[in-house]
Amino acid sequence: MYLAHTAQNLIAGLIAAALLATPVASYEIQERRIYPAQNETSVLRVISTADLDVFDPILAAFQADNPGVSVDYTVTETADLMQALYEEGASFDLAISSAMDLQTKLANDGFARTYTSPATEALPDWARWRDQIFAFTQEPAVVIVSDAFFEGQQPPDSRDALIALLRESPERFRGRIGTYDVRRSGFGYMMATQDSRNSESYWRLMEVMGRLDAQLYCCSGEMIRDVASGHLALAYNVLGSYAQSRLATTDGFRIVQFGDYVNVMLRTALIPQTAENIDDAQAMVDFLTRLGTRPDLVALSELPAIAPDSFQANTALRPIRFDPGLLVFLDQLKREAFLRNWEDSLLQD
Amino acid sequence: MVAAILSVAFFVIVRSVAEQAAESTQDDILSASATAIADSLRSEGSNVMLDLPYSALSMLGTLSEDRVFYRVFTGDGTLTGYDDLPLPDRTPHRGQPAFATFDYRGDPVRAVSVVRPVGTGTSARDIIVTVAQTRLGLEQTSRTITTTAMGVGAGFFLVATGLSLWAASAALAPIERLTGAVARRGPHDLRPVTADTPAELMPLVNALNSFMARLRASLLRNEDFIAEAAHRVRTPLATVRAQAEITHRKLNKPEHRRAMREMIRAIDESARSAGQMLDHAMVKFRTDTLAGDTLDMRALIGEVCDRLGATADLKDIQIVRDLPDEPIPARGDGILLQAALQNLLDNAIKYSPEDSRIVVRVEQCFDLKVSIQDEGRGFGDADLTRLKTRYTRGTNVGDIVGSGLGLTIADEVTRAHGGRLEIVTNQTGVGACISLILPRI
Repeated sequence: MYLAHTAQNLIAGLIAAALLATPVASYEIQERRIYPAQNETSVLRVISTADLDVFDPILAAFQADNPGVSVDYTVTETADLMQALYEEGASFDLAISSAMDLQTKLANDGFARTYTSPATEALPDWARWRDQIFAFTQEPAVVIVSDAFFEGQQPPDSRDALIALLRESPERFRGRIGTYDVRRSGFGYMMATQDSRNSESYWRLMEVMGRLDAQLYCCSGEMIRDVASGHLALAYNVLGSYAQSRLATTDGFRIVQFGDYVNVMLRTALIPQTAENIDDAQAMVDFLTRLGTRPDLVALSELPAIAPDSFQANTALRPIRFDPGLLVFLDQLKREAFLRNWEDSLLQD
Repeated sequence: MVAAILSVAFFVIVRSVAEQAAESTQDDILSASATAIADSLRSEGSNVMLDLPYSALSMLGTLSEDRVFYRVFTGDGTLTGYDDLPLPDRTPHRGQPAFATFDYRGDPVRAVSVVRPVGTGTSARDIIVTVAQTRLGLEQTSRTITTTAMGVGAGFFLVATGLSLWAASAALAPIERLTGAVARRGPHDLRPVTADTPAELMPLVNALNSFMARLRASLLRNEDFIAEAAHRVRTPLATVRAQAEITHRKLNKPEHRRAMREMIRAIDESARSAGQMLDHAMVKFRTDTLAGDTLDMRALIGEVCDRLGATADLKDIQIVRDLPDEPIPARGDGILLQAALQNLLDNAIKYSPEDSRIVVRVEQCFDLKVSIQDEGRGFGDADLTRLKTRYTRGTNVGDIVGSGLGLTIADEVTRAHGGRLEIVTNQTGVGACISLILPRI
């Protein structure tokens, strides 16, 4: 599944459980593939939340550049990746994840290695942290709207406009709005928490959506499917890069980027302390951070590379900042409090 | 040296101030963070609740990318955060943050703990909030400042050294100029020093000038005295000679006449010596301020030959003038050149045997060369260069009286005119040739 979003199906509190409780079960592996080298000199063991079909072209290109390296690619969910490294001390040479908060937690708590190279130094400041976390994609959270529903009508261009529209004609939208179930999705939780920081209108929007019996989803793919089919009028906080790639094969929906602000998630790589093949891991970090210089790979993988210019062109785009603040919503009490608020707003029976 | 000490002192001071500033900045932010967390504590019934503010941790990321740890401790256990983060040794007082530095998870961290009571009445409990941050940024800041301070210190040192070197050389330059100005002077140049000198050196220059003025006055007095003495001797000598001449004629006895002739000869020599001393004094005086007249060397030579013709005739000496037909232009002091030539010719006559020839010749190649060649006894084996110094005479002068000034006068005049005196003595022992060589104009 693209971008491992189904992989982000999290049971409420799973992160907390992974972090603060002693897990009995081992982390779950979704998929694993080994890319053997012709004349193998070393093996690079990658744990990642990105699905194989997304990363396949990147791994193939990396192997073309480094012919002696076999790649052992393991796909897990974000929470499982965290559990493997944080709790179980599993040994991997590289950890690739879309969960910025969990990557930050790994680096903050001393589970990542420091690495600098010309390629990493070329990254903008907001795209790396402590020289341990390196971003290589920028993926906005967008709104997708149904073409059929908004035929001849301009879709809302901000959260306030959306709130106004929902209040104006509640009956049209009842049961036809979709968003992430933040209790189950790591990406949804991160976007929701960032929203709650960025704007007061977030909670009002949740209130309104709750009143209109919003549908909750585990993943972007299903939201896109339901919007495209006209089952939903719109879906809020869909992963933009995914929607963009679906647009090529699916009709019936449009992507709307709000003008007030658009949270941009950064997909990152880090070299765990438990890494054994550090040289190849560093080569892979260099390769990923230079993704922008390989338009062919960007097209194949449909992963939007880091492009600082895009933030100048659209000032509403806001990359989520790496800083210790990302640890706040991982705090168990904080998470409980947030989910309680969220449920109070969204689940009004 | 002083610059080096000052630079080091500067560096040390800047560094310690920078470290303190960086540390107090970190302490301030840590305190603000811990206070923000403490302020968001509240009690619900018997439970302590915490709504961790995003900014409480986010603000710690503003200065550096340091790792952040926190712990909220209720007294019974850890409410949230890193439960292995050490608590402060002693429970801090309310409203007074307690700071500590220790190692945690592999790095040195700076930690602050604040205490806040939560709940009311008997259920009120003191909650300890501890926030810790690694000191990477602190070290980096302090390292940056240290490097900067080091650079500035080194710059200080270099600039100070450069400035002091420049100041020293600037201060010494006038002294060097003065030294050069004085060193370049000829032996007789006693004019006051006028080289451009700073005010500090004026006393030295004045003292030097005053000394030279006194020296010059003293030398002048000396020459004046010699000239005066010579003059005063010559005049009575002339009278004595005239009287001796008359007496000589009156005498009949051959031995008396011989004695009288000897006397006249001695008087002549004395008069000559006095004349030479006068000439010498004049040469000393005139060379100090040499005249640059344009003159005709041919006429000048002719004049000298004419003047000494009578003396030569007395010994039946023929002065042969080997001169060009046209005038010979030259530049210099006519009186001095005349004195030089006269002394040379006079010498030649004096040392030439009777009935001989003296050739005065002028050659003009690159230089103007006036040679006087005689058939006299030459200079024997005397050191030819030493002959030019004052009161030095040849080794074979024998019975002939002389002052030893003639060659000196000629030499000083030639050198004052930028020329030289060439003495060639015939190896066979007969005859000498003295040439006065002057640069041509």
